[in-house]
Amino acid sequence: MSANAAPPITPPGQAGGVIPVSRGRRGNTRRFSLLTRRDRLTLTLMVGLPAFVHILLIWVPTLGSILLSFTSWNGIGGLERIKWIGLKNYQVLATVYPPFWPAVQHNLLWLAVFLLIATPLGMLLAVILDQNIRGSRIYQSVLYMPVVLSLAIVGFIWGYLIYSPGDGFINNALAAVTGNPDFVKPGTQIDWIGTKGLNLAAVLVAASWRHVGYIMVLYLAGLKSVDNTLREAAAIDGANARQTFFRVIFPVLAPINVVVLVVTIIESLRAFDIVYVINKGLNGLELLSVMIVTNLLGEASLVGFGSAIAVVLLLISIGPIILYLYRTMREGPE
Amino acid sequence: MTAAVGRDRRAGSSHRPRYGTHLFLIVVSIVWIFPIAWAFYTSLRPYAETAARGYVSFGGAYNLDNFGKAADGMGLWLHLFNTLIVAVPAIALILWFASMIAFAVSRYSFKFNVAMLMLFTAGNLLPQQIVVTPLYRMYLLLPLPAPLSDNGMWYDQFFGIVMIHLAFQLGFCTFVLSNYFKQVPKELNEAAVVDGASVWRTYISVLLPLARPALAALATLEFTWIYNDFFWGILLFRTGDKLPITSALNNLSGQFFTDNNLLAAGSIMVALPTLIVYFALQKHFVAGLTLGSTKG
Repeated sequence: MSANAAPPITPPGQAGGVIPVSRGRRGNTRRFSLLTRRDRLTLTLMVGLPAFVHILLIWVPTLGSILLSFTSWNGIGGLERIKWIGLKNYQVLATVYPPFWPAVQHNLLWLAVFLLIATPLGMLLAVILDQNIRGSRIYQSVLYMPVVLSLAIVGFIWGYLIYSPGDGFINNALAAVTGNPDFVKPGTQIDWIGTKGLNLAAVLVAASWRHVGYIMVLYLAGLKSVDNTLREAAAIDGANARQTFFRVIFPVLAPINVVVLVVTIIESLRAFDIVYVINKGLNGLELLSVMIVTNLLGEASLVGFGSAIAVVLLLISIGPIILYLYRTMREGPE
Repeated sequence: MTAAVGRDRRAGSSHRPRYGTHLFLIVVSIVWIFPIAWAFYTSLRPYAETAARGYVSFGGAYNLDNFGKAADGMGLWLHLFNTLIVAVPAIALILWFASMIAFAVSRYSFKFNVAMLMLFTAGNLLPQQIVVTPLYRMYLLLPLPAPLSDNGMWYDQFFGIVMIHLAFQLGFCTFVLSNYFKQVPKELNEAAVVDGASVWRTYISVLLPLARPALAALATLEFTWIYNDFFWGILLFRTGDKLPITSALNNLSGQFFTDNNLLAAGSIMVALPTLIVYFALQKHFVAGLTLGSTKG
């Protein structure tokens, strides 16, 4: 990510148009006050209109979630029916509502599997494929393919065609290989989706299938930008491949490591579609994201309570988002 | 010198055959391609065949009947058309709005340049579920006149979905485009100003044409993301006939509950457009993704 994503303040003497040869960052921007009135109006609209849409539909509702989380409202009747109840929603969430702690646990497990298995695998594949081996392009295309599928399709293909206890690939393959039809018979079959614990593992395999390719592409792009003289120097100093990667290449990739870390965390918090198409996030597949929707679309639309769950999700997301902003927006050497 | 050394290293490494590495890659690739290949294989077989022989078996009839049946059953064309009604205006608006902000923040110094970019980027990273509850209520309350809405609200309207995609995707595209614009030499800008061009003219006839490659990459990426959206479709529509294709998948499981062959055919057909876009425009696709995340 460009270290100079943030344009510095232009010192008065160097405002655009005055110093024609200055190619530096400072010369690249013009001061707002030097423009004509019409141009200033144009610029204000060019920024203001998109900013209005963005703030209205993202930040106003985010603020709304925070405010509504301290209220009780079932969505029926006007806004005047909203009642302030303080921290009660959070209290109920933490002490009474049964799916809350399992959901937190599942989200954390999701994150752990992505961070410890899927992301390193994506990184490993990127490092291997960066070495210009024969057929590298073909491998890349194949490994990246699941990333262009929606998580809903991934849920369908894995949930129904691979894991279905009677008709899915795994149980049918087990039955065909062992010659034992019990594997596909109700009662004796392995219920990959209906068994708590097993279903989460199964879904995580499917989600990782998609995540690995994403991480691989991000790292491949990062590795391409690493100066080859670094590798040369490491080789001359007698470093082996592993040392070269961990001591030389990995530290140089620091900016991309942050991006990958943030992408991994956010993706595991956003996980929704795959679980929703499989069983609507019940029976061992509870996730914070799904609980918000369940409370919103359920028979008793619990707006305040659902918002409290959203705030929990927001609090977890803030850390990685700030880390990302800090790393990408701060000024630094080219 | 640097380039020569680099080339040597790469050339050298490709001459040495590495069977272990290839074996690993081939095994991983087979595992990776298998679920899609399996879905395709299953979709080619009539239900009666798999019922008689089991799903893991060879032989019997293979045909494309499931595709026709699944397409009719799920209303494939209707929902694909709905996706286009959402995706085309959404992509146009996203690129237009994002390029305007990117132009403004990369060419002129405002007080709020950094704050603006941070706001957009943070908004793009928020999990959608954080905003959904109040947004849903807002969509029921916000008025919308007749040609854009058939019920007077934002809820259950194509307009509403277009707007939420616009709001969420602005962040990513603004980020990519502002980095892109910063690489354009400012002399071009100056020349336009010397010629008496207004800000708007400079944007339209100097910067925008230069951004064409970045815009193409972003359009490819955004198409895939909007096509693949499941979440907003199921939350912000009530009328089943308005659902975009990916959200309409949710009905597939209920309808074809007992027939995995039809389900496979349906999944393959829904996946096909993004796979085609990916293979046809692979360069744009990867370029767009990496422009945003790995610059510098």
